[in-house]
Amino acid sequence: MNTLTASRTSWPTRQPILFLILAALAWLALYNTLIPASEALVAALPVDRASHLGGALQFFFYDTPKVLLLLTAVVFVMGMVNSYFTPERTRALLAGRSEGAANVMAASLGIVTPFCSCSAVPLFIGFVQAGVPLGVTFSFLISAPMVNEVALTLLFGMFGWKVALLYLGLGLTVAIVAGWVIGRLKMEAHLEDWVRDMPKMSADFEATGMMLGERIEGGFQAVREIVGKVWPYILVGIALGGLIHGYVPEDFMASFMGKEAWWSVPLAVVMGVPMYTNAAGVIPIVQALLAKGAALGTVLAFMMSVIALSLPEMIILRKVLKVRLIATFVAVVASGILLVGFVFNAVL
Amino acid sequence: MDIKVLGTGCANCKTTIALIDQIARAKGVAVTLTKVEELRDIMGYGVISTPGVVINGKVVHAGGVPSRDKIEQWLAA
Repeated sequence: MNTLTASRTSWPTRQPILFLILAALAWLALYNTLIPASEALVAALPVDRASHLGGALQFFFYDTPKVLLLLTAVVFVMGMVNSYFTPERTRALLAGRSEGAANVMAASLGIVTPFCSCSAVPLFIGFVQAGVPLGVTFSFLISAPMVNEVALTLLFGMFGWKVALLYLGLGLTVAIVAGWVIGRLKMEAHLEDWVRDMPKMSADFEATGMMLGERIEGGFQAVREIVGKVWPYILVGIALGGLIHGYVPEDFMASFMGKEAWWSVPLAVVMGVPMYTNAAGVIPIVQALLAKGAALGTVLAFMMSVIALSLPEMIILRKVLKVRLIATFVAVVASGILLVGFVFNAVL
Repeated sequence: MDIKVLGTGCANCKTTIALIDQIARAKGVAVTLTKVEELRDIMGYGVISTPGVVINGKVVHAGGVPSRDKIEQWLAA
């Protein structure tokens, strides 16, 4: 969001620093009462705390607010950070750079630049038009939807920091390497003709100064928009994690999505392509698969494939890319994800 | 007042149109609201993040659903 209007009446935007300090304190206090509160809640119910159901309930009452609190904080802060990185500024930062380091920059900027999936194509053209190299543009376009704060926070909240960090590192690596490879292949001729013929545009960027208060308003807006959309998926994900625990055998998935089944990674990637959802939507599935003994590499490959490779997106991209470039894009990204899955399953 | 909403037809673009329409009706401002969905035309306005809003030929907004306050300001002008 690069246009935010501070509402003139709310005090947080008038007293931004005071608000941030108070909000941080309130958040910490809430976060630290999660365990006692969930215990008290279970104690108040007619359920034996030591029973299976009691344990599951405590887990649900603790985990749900924990993940929601984490997500709200991260989305709020990212909403403020995002206001520094509009797509226009990112483009100006990348224009005219040579490949290599620029791929790394593009993939990293993909994390912090606000980006609606329907903007992918206009963004793509805008980048290329302003002289951002094709491979660098791809690095950005692969990383932006795949490696984002929602995916990372949910992975952290539900599976711990190791899984989140691995996803971050591997997602960035796939974006950087895939973009670099596409750049090496010199596919500029496979852009649709009208895109190549568009007049070159300068990437000049006019910084619009923003007050801290306006950035806070941006944080609020991000929370309303993202947390408001995502919370049902989180609820389902956590409830599913608790529920299936008792009813489906622990190693149900292990036979066909475990480490031993080498073909499980390609299968996961192929299955992910027709599925089109965002990072939050895929979390319940990830939760269910992991809980039932699917290998972590296979599951992460599945998650990346669902988010990064999707049929509807390819149909839109077809308007600007010729078939060969789309095929190359899919092949390169899919190979990257496959590699991630295999390496993971082999190492862990 | 001539208002164009630029976007390839995603949920945010539809929300933007509905919101402008709703506020214009509530305020009794006469507007011609058109959707611009053709990529070539969107790019012609120099907008790279959609939805974008063009009022009387000038880009006033890009990169998301505009806030209610903002739409009211445009309509008041």
